[in-house]
Amino acid sequence: MNNDVQNIKKLIINEPFKLDCGKIIKDFPIAYETYGNLNKKKNNAILVFHALTGDQFVTNINPITKREGWWTTAVGPGKAIDTNKFFVICANVLGGCMGSFGPKEINPENNKIFGTSFPVITIKDIVKAQKYLIDNLGIKKLLAIAGGSMGGMQVLQFISLYPDIAHAAIPIACSASHSAQNIALNELGRQAIMADPNWKKENVTPNKGLAVARMAAHITYLSKKGLQEKFGRKLQDEGSLKFSFDADFQIESYLRYQGANFVDRFDANSYLYITRAMDYFDLEKQFNGNLSLAFKDTKSKFCVISFSSDWLYPTVENKEIVIALNACGANVGFVEINSDRGHDSFLLNVPKFLKTLNEFINTTYNEVNNEKRI
Amino acid sequence: MKKEFKVIAQIIQNNKKVLDVGCGDGTLMQYLQINQKNNVRGLEPKKDLVQQCISKGLSVIEGDAEKELFQFPKKSFDYVILSQTLQAFLYPDEVLNQLLRIGKQTIVSIPNFGYWKIRLHLLFKGTMPVTKNLPDQWYNTPNLHMCTIKDFVNFCNKKNIKIDKSMCLTNERISEITKGNMRYKNIFSQLGIFLIQ
Repeated sequence: MNNDVQNIKKLIINEPFKLDCGKIIKDFPIAYETYGNLNKKKNNAILVFHALTGDQFVTNINPITKREGWWTTAVGPGKAIDTNKFFVICANVLGGCMGSFGPKEINPENNKIFGTSFPVITIKDIVKAQKYLIDNLGIKKLLAIAGGSMGGMQVLQFISLYPDIAHAAIPIACSASHSAQNIALNELGRQAIMADPNWKKENVTPNKGLAVARMAAHITYLSKKGLQEKFGRKLQDEGSLKFSFDADFQIESYLRYQGANFVDRFDANSYLYITRAMDYFDLEKQFNGNLSLAFKDTKSKFCVISFSSDWLYPTVENKEIVIALNACGANVGFVEINSDRGHDSFLLNVPKFLKTLNEFINTTYNEVNNEKRI
Repeated sequence: MKKEFKVIAQIIQNNKKVLDVGCGDGTLMQYLQINQKNNVRGLEPKKDLVQQCISKGLSVIEGDAEKELFQFPKKSFDYVILSQTLQAFLYPDEVLNQLLRIGKQTIVSIPNFGYWKIRLHLLFKGTMPVTKNLPDQWYNTPNLHMCTIKDFVNFCNKKNIKIDKSMCLTNERISEITKGNMRYKNIFSQLGIFLIQ
């Protein structure tokens, strides 16, 4: 696995890079992947931001995990974000574990894995590092930036730092400042990881705590109705209860599977660092309590999308972004998509969502091309 | 595009910022954006229609005018449009206040309940009027506060709302409403269109 990780595309950022926490890092890698081709005008590039447990392998088969990319439903040839037409870029976030500089890298100072000696990073640090990638690819203006959940937070942060970087911005199922409920849920995950006796031992996997963190988080990505319809009280072995603590119910077995699967591909310390970055995210505070100041200089066209059954990043939190955009006269559209599949809806085959995404991006592309003709 | 929208579009000058409240599928918005270079936004409560608008590249927000208009700053639009929706609000007067706050000018159109066919329907049939313009039955109509052209003008006078232009539509024909012809227009027009501030 390590060899594969060495072979993935990386940009090394040589310049000293000052993190929000005050520490300066340099000569560090940002791993990324691209799909489709950049056209001659360089105006068909779309930067996709991944969520907490995603990585740069948006679509096709992830060469490391050998599983499907996390946004295969939306990105690919002929898909909502059509890679026959667009050049899609995605970077593994700073602090991640798919090749970018993160806590599982070796600290050159002592030749040990960073672990929790890695500096705390923020969403701002994460997106600033990705700006280097865009510059390095020679792209002056992106057609669009898009992302769901933590990816949506990156969209907002990116636009606030670089107001003229993209024609269109698509924050999906996200929030401009992490709520108390979401911080609480992240803390639950972190404590589960830290309660695992294996956690501090180097290279010991799987981390059972990470699996528990994933199980808890996974529940928050679904909806009560979705869970009830999919699992109800269905038993694993038809017929009878076992009168034990084995996974009697299908939902238990499902969650255990999700947890076990996750630890094979994710680093427990990355989970700590990235959830922390999410918790620290408060765009409103960055702009002294006035969120619309974050967007006052942007000319980007926004399409904010939420899902009716998402209780992790509910519609009301997405609407706060819309309100802030309207307050500064920004160009914004907003729709809540009806779906019973909770926060995860943005990753799933929800046709109305994919259609909206597709048509919004396509019309933006047409507008950009028409402008150029005039 | 229907005649009413053509009349509204004619009132609006080119290159201005416009908010279409209850923009439906975005027909008027698209016309204004393409033909008059207007910078247009929309507000629409129905998800399907919002999705259609976004698909067309129109910036439309899903939301209910009675709850969402507060978010737009004072005088942030040159024109705010409300087409045949005023009568469907729970508190039309409050919505109108919001429109006047947001827009430098506001264009409101109302289905005229004083139209002769409506009057005769009630008079002779004795049942709630159902017409081409108002096709719903009393039990399923979204319209809660029907008014006549005269009612609307009286309302504006009472609330010190300045009427810059008042027009009416009769069988696709457009004409001006004046003090002198008000009685007549209130009987023979299907629709009133007002530019107010």
